[in-house]
Amino acid sequence: MSARLVQGYEVVIGFETHAQLSTQSKIFSRAPTAFGAEPNTQACAVDLALPGTLPVMNRGAVERAIQFGLAVGSHVAERSVFARKNYFYPDLPKGYQISQFEIPVVQGGTVQFYLGDELKTVRLVRAHLEEDAGKSLHEDFVGMSGIDLNRAGTPLLEIVTEPDIRSSEEAVAYAKELHKIVTWIGICDGNMQEGSFRCDANVSVRKPGQPLGTRREIKNLNSFKFMQQAIDYEVRWQIEQIEDGHAIQQATVLFDPDTGETRAMRTKEDAADYRYFPDPDLPPLVIAREWVEDVRAQMRELPRVMAARFMDQYGLPAYDATTLTQSQAMAAYFEATTRACQQPKLASNWIMGEVSRRLNSGELSIEQLPVSAEQLGALITRISDSTLSNNAGKQVFDALWNGEAPAGQAALAQVDALIEAKGLKQMNDSSALEAIVDEVLAANADNVAQYKAGKDKAFNALVGQVMKASKGKANPQQVNAALKARLG
Amino acid sequence: MSDLHDLSLAEMARQLRDRRLGAVETAKHFLQRAAGHLAGADSTGTGAYLALDPEVTLAQAHAAQARLDGGQAGVLEGVPVAHKDIFVTRDFPTTAGSRMLEGYRSPFDATVVTRLAQAGMVTLGKLNCDEFAMGSANENSAFGVSRNPWDLQRVPGGSSGGSAAAVAAALTPAATGTDTGGSIRQPASFCGITGIKPTYGRASRYGMIAYASSLDQAGPMARSAEDCALLLSAMCGPDLDRDSTSLDVPAEDFSLRLNDSLQGLRIGLPEQFWGQGLADDVRAAIDQALAELKRLGAVVVPVQLPRTELSIPVYYILAPAEASSNLSRFDGVKFGHRAADPVDLLDMYRRTRSEGFGEEVQRRIMIGTYVLSHGYYDAYYLQAQKIRRMIANDFQQAFTQCDVIVGPVAPTVAWALGEKSADPLSSYLADIYTLPASLAGLPGMSVPCGLGAHGMPVGMQLIGNYLQESRLLNVAHQLQQHTDWHQRRPAPASKEIA
Repeated sequence: MSARLVQGYEVVIGFETHAQLSTQSKIFSRAPTAFGAEPNTQACAVDLALPGTLPVMNRGAVERAIQFGLAVGSHVAERSVFARKNYFYPDLPKGYQISQFEIPVVQGGTVQFYLGDELKTVRLVRAHLEEDAGKSLHEDFVGMSGIDLNRAGTPLLEIVTEPDIRSSEEAVAYAKELHKIVTWIGICDGNMQEGSFRCDANVSVRKPGQPLGTRREIKNLNSFKFMQQAIDYEVRWQIEQIEDGHAIQQATVLFDPDTGETRAMRTKEDAADYRYFPDPDLPPLVIAREWVEDVRAQMRELPRVMAARFMDQYGLPAYDATTLTQSQAMAAYFEATTRACQQPKLASNWIMGEVSRRLNSGELSIEQLPVSAEQLGALITRISDSTLSNNAGKQVFDALWNGEAPAGQAALAQVDALIEAKGLKQMNDSSALEAIVDEVLAANADNVAQYKAGKDKAFNALVGQVMKASKGKANPQQVNAALKARLG
Repeated sequence: MSDLHDLSLAEMARQLRDRRLGAVETAKHFLQRAAGHLAGADSTGTGAYLALDPEVTLAQAHAAQARLDGGQAGVLEGVPVAHKDIFVTRDFPTTAGSRMLEGYRSPFDATVVTRLAQAGMVTLGKLNCDEFAMGSANENSAFGVSRNPWDLQRVPGGSSGGSAAAVAAALTPAATGTDTGGSIRQPASFCGITGIKPTYGRASRYGMIAYASSLDQAGPMARSAEDCALLLSAMCGPDLDRDSTSLDVPAEDFSLRLNDSLQGLRIGLPEQFWGQGLADDVRAAIDQALAELKRLGAVVVPVQLPRTELSIPVYYILAPAEASSNLSRFDGVKFGHRAADPVDLLDMYRRTRSEGFGEEVQRRIMIGTYVLSHGYYDAYYLQAQKIRRMIANDFQQAFTQCDVIVGPVAPTVAWALGEKSADPLSSYLADIYTLPASLAGLPGMSVPCGLGAHGMPVGMQLIGNYLQESRLLNVAHQLQQHTDWHQRRPAPASKEIA
């Protein structure tokens, strides 16, 4: 691994990510997990830890953990154990959090991603199931704290890496890749604002070849932008400390986006003794191999596998294949478009070009795209059979976007109707084109003269004039050929 | 005809079905008997009850009568029952014998309570117990001791002391209890009644306020094995949606094999159960019962449970460890007691828990916290878990040689009030015969076998292999068909019991 040094120090980062699993109900109760409800309306007797209540494992949460394990090439443990992490806090209703400690459900695995052109591999230590706590609201009540237990018992998968990451850029690339994986396989909605995907970064620095330095953990990095800022600040701070002769104290720190600084919440000295022990209310989680195989059989193709297939099956360059597999919806749109037009590279160009441009400017997601894959496929078909020029194609695309296509017709008929209505049919009739060429040459004697004097730019101007005179309907290749023939 | 409160459950249920007896009349009869027995009231009663609410009870009785009249009667329709205050109930307050939960109302019923209600039983009230089921004399209840109806100056045993006292004094025909380390068997023994703790996982723990989750198990307490079989059949059955430790075995009719012959029954007598600590009067009473069982065709074989003594330290590590965590939810935030005017969060926690929990509960929380702490976990908790598995294996070894194991329930008869309260260790040691089956998760029961010192009852313990409750009930029933120890009643010690 080529370490990129900062002021002669190597940066070492490990990640702990809490991905909220996309189950309808909580990990150990039947209360709903929906975000944003009135406080304490989504918490049942079990979530409130009322006397006599007991946890019962949500099968859907286990299934999602298995999906994750398979997606990152981990070992899905035949037997894993839930443990109690004991500590007192008002938003922790039972006085302990049910988590997995010694034997997690997902063991090992790797996350791979490109940083520039370099393929990076981050090893995972584990991923374990646990429940979330509630929320304490200290601002809303004078002299009191409010407790909202809606989030208590929400299923989380905590994904822990080895300290394999060597820069803040790499950290962000890892987090983005992990985010892509969990959203791609559909186990997490990935909404960072709502806290569905929360990252903690363990950061330390060392001189190359030295043992690992003391780490500080930056908690709750809930945007990719802050993640990079926070790590960069933390690295600079640690190097300064060491250069000034101070030892780094193990600590948990928070990043303040307003100041751009990290500050310590607690140091190791105040670290609690969590008195972990196996939860006697939950027998060991035993996962039959058949279940794992069933889940594997139903798993979606993973992004990296799909990208490789796109290169192989459709002959796409790596860049296209990677871009088109950023999301399930994007990849599905590409494949449907390609099915409709049989032109994978044109489909890729259109999706990465015009489609993405329009989506970005409207801040829309691909799911909200008003042009169906069949319509885009029909449009591409008409470009590739020379009915439409590329430019005219964009006008048709606009019309489709604006919903101008006649309803109740097949996509190809819709596109043809729009071409007809807008008079965009490419001029493939050579006599008509020649007439226009004659007119343009006659009217632009200057350009003709300049071209003949060796100025290639003048030729392009003539092409432009012909295209303009044809109202964009002329086939640019034919225009080129016709002009060249006439100018000798 | 005998008094209403002397009827067996089966007979009472039959008379109710035949309309020779009314559900309301039955409920009133027991409510009247129970009235002088609220805890803390005075020293003439047993203090067996923590809550009575005649309005609620009579409403349930009227509903039961309507079902009896409508021909939709459950197996135990109209038969009264009272619940140990460890089971949460919607219609009565639930305290677990603790100040911490004084005035607490659960929004739901424990599964055991629901099942007995579905069988048609009418709830008389809630029964006294040691605080959070921690104790073996019922002297740790925050609301006053419960007393032994055989001698009001003696303890009824614990932690289900109120249950045992109420059944012995016929203040209810049946009661629920819970058993973590002997809390059904030992008070049943001390009060001369019959009680069974089924295999761990048979009865749902949902709605049972947890003391030590891996050991807690509900069971019935009544006057005969026959009554216990009826109650146990109604209580048990899988509850997989609510309790992950509930066994996935179908509900069973535990009455079916009551009359099986004992011919050839192999009774294992663990050598370690008959050693020095066992009082002579207890030994003599059990010997009598054993002689009767032999007369009925049983043979006795010596067996070994070599780690019997270790069950005491193992239990008093594991149970407090689990308790220390289970009781963390009582923090003053969501329900139960909260200290007045806390200055900050730590002050609230500290005072809430110091004020809300009694001495024994605090002691066990501290022991449990200690054994789970960093640096001690391996030496205490892990080691205890290992020995627990060995104890379970020892039983499996013993059951290759016998069908049931017989021994004492407790080393002595019920002791005097206050006798051991200054020395908790001495009462821990008295749990020696009940702890092994608890640690192994095996079914165990206590069957009356006569009187010992001070005219106090003695119980014989039967321990079966997993899911062998029918066998235990069969042995006990056969004994009870041929002896009358279970029919002996305490002499009326006060006018309330008369």
